[in-house]
Amino acid sequence: MKITNQIKDTTIIITLDGELDASSSVMLDEALSDPEIMTYSKILVDCKDLNYISSAGLGVFISHLQRFEDAQIKLIFYNMQDKVRNVFEILGLDLLMTIVSDYEEAMTIADE
Amino acid sequence: MNNKITVSCTKKNLKQIRDFVTEYLAGYKLTDILMNQIVLAVDEICANLIIHANQEDPSKSISMAITEKSGMLKFEITDNGVAFRRSEYKEPNIEEHIRIGKKGGVGIALVNRIMDRVEFESDDRQNTCLLYKKIK
Repeated sequence: MKITNQIKDTTIIITLDGELDASSSVMLDEALSDPEIMTYSKILVDCKDLNYISSAGLGVFISHLQRFEDAQIKLIFYNMQDKVRNVFEILGLDLLMTIVSDYEEAMTIADE
Repeated sequence: MNNKITVSCTKKNLKQIRDFVTEYLAGYKLTDILMNQIVLAVDEICANLIIHANQEDPSKSISMAITEKSGMLKFEITDNGVAFRRSEYKEPNIEEHIRIGKKGGVGIALVNRIMDRVEFESDDRQNTCLLYKKIK
């Protein structure tokens, strides 16, 4: 699992590359727990190269979502592969989280 | 075809289990989504066994055998750790998990929704989890 960050003004783009399972999700949890992340107004998660997610990976997003919402920070997923999106859908998470098709759409939503 | 694998109880070995399942299923021409779902269900059970039943103790191990008969896949996963108590299992309320910031507890829900049948058996010797999925 490789996690890289890119900053654009008040937006942080987190790119996930690899597989998010019970072992690698610890890294993601650390990244999202960094106090600095609360200084951005938008968190965009680029899932193009996220090839797999298990409940441990979903659990990391589930556990941080309310904190971001309370701080009015938008969390937006984009470029998600169908098989990964399907895992969100099995639990109904696609209705509780914002998942859009591409970067342009993510930026449009983020600017609303 | 090799249909059995044994790994020691560390989270790093989950990748090996997923690769093993993927390789076994490669000949069945499953869709990407179905293949991923099956691999995920097995991964969730193995993660639970490694982390909760065996406390990530690398001196312990879990084993899995895969068979297919008349289009029904069967995964038989065994270990010697603490048995899963199905009677104590409660379906998660995801919105509540979000509200309280809960990290875990949605893995078995995924398994139950993906697989056609999920069984847990325990005797003095070992615990067995049986997963069934119709693919044809």
